[in-house]
Amino acid sequence: MKNPLDSLWGTVISGVVLTAVLVVFARNFLG
Amino acid sequence: MENIDIVAALSRWIHFMAGVMWLGLLYYFNFVQVAALKNATADGTAAGIAKHVVPRALLFFRWAAVVTWLAGAALLGPLFVDAFLLRNGMGPIGIGAWLGTIMLINVWLVIWPNQKKILGMTPASDDEKSKARRVAFLTSRANTMLSIPMLFFMAGGWSHRALFGL
Repeated sequence: MKNPLDSLWGTVISGVVLTAVLVVFARNFLG
Repeated sequence: MENIDIVAALSRWIHFMAGVMWLGLLYYFNFVQVAALKNATADGTAAGIAKHVVPRALLFFRWAAVVTWLAGAALLGPLFVDAFLLRNGMGPIGIGAWLGTIMLINVWLVIWPNQKKILGMTPASDDEKSKARRVAFLTSRANTMLSIPMLFFMAGGWSHRALFGL
């Protein structure tokens, strides 16, 4: 599988996905 | 005005200015320089960029990262520990602070040592330079990726609270 960080779009999309994951984490697990 | 207000105001101002320089140069490297150097290498014009632009950009890049982190720590002040332990309502900004800290560590412990090999500031064989180029590139890209959630959580205010429940 190609590393998504090799392309700029892959980098940006990975960052947006990570943001969404962290928002879910923050909403559900942080006081 | 309380002294702590002055420290917070100055820290916030410096944090923003240094952060703009740090991320501005990070985005310059990723969105402009990588592709430009590739094209310049192909037509034999890369030497000037590598000699005059890259070292200067890296100098401001790595020190802006330090200033950004220190000003951010000063801005957190007594809430520093709460932020990094993600407690007492400091969770969202704490996530931003953790991401920024990981990025700072990447700059100083991975990107800069490898860039020194690439630029010939520390001795390295062609094979080591080739490996250093790949590691520095991927770490720089990882920092660009991390900057996206980092800025989301750093800039979290009332809009985030209303829209995302943070």
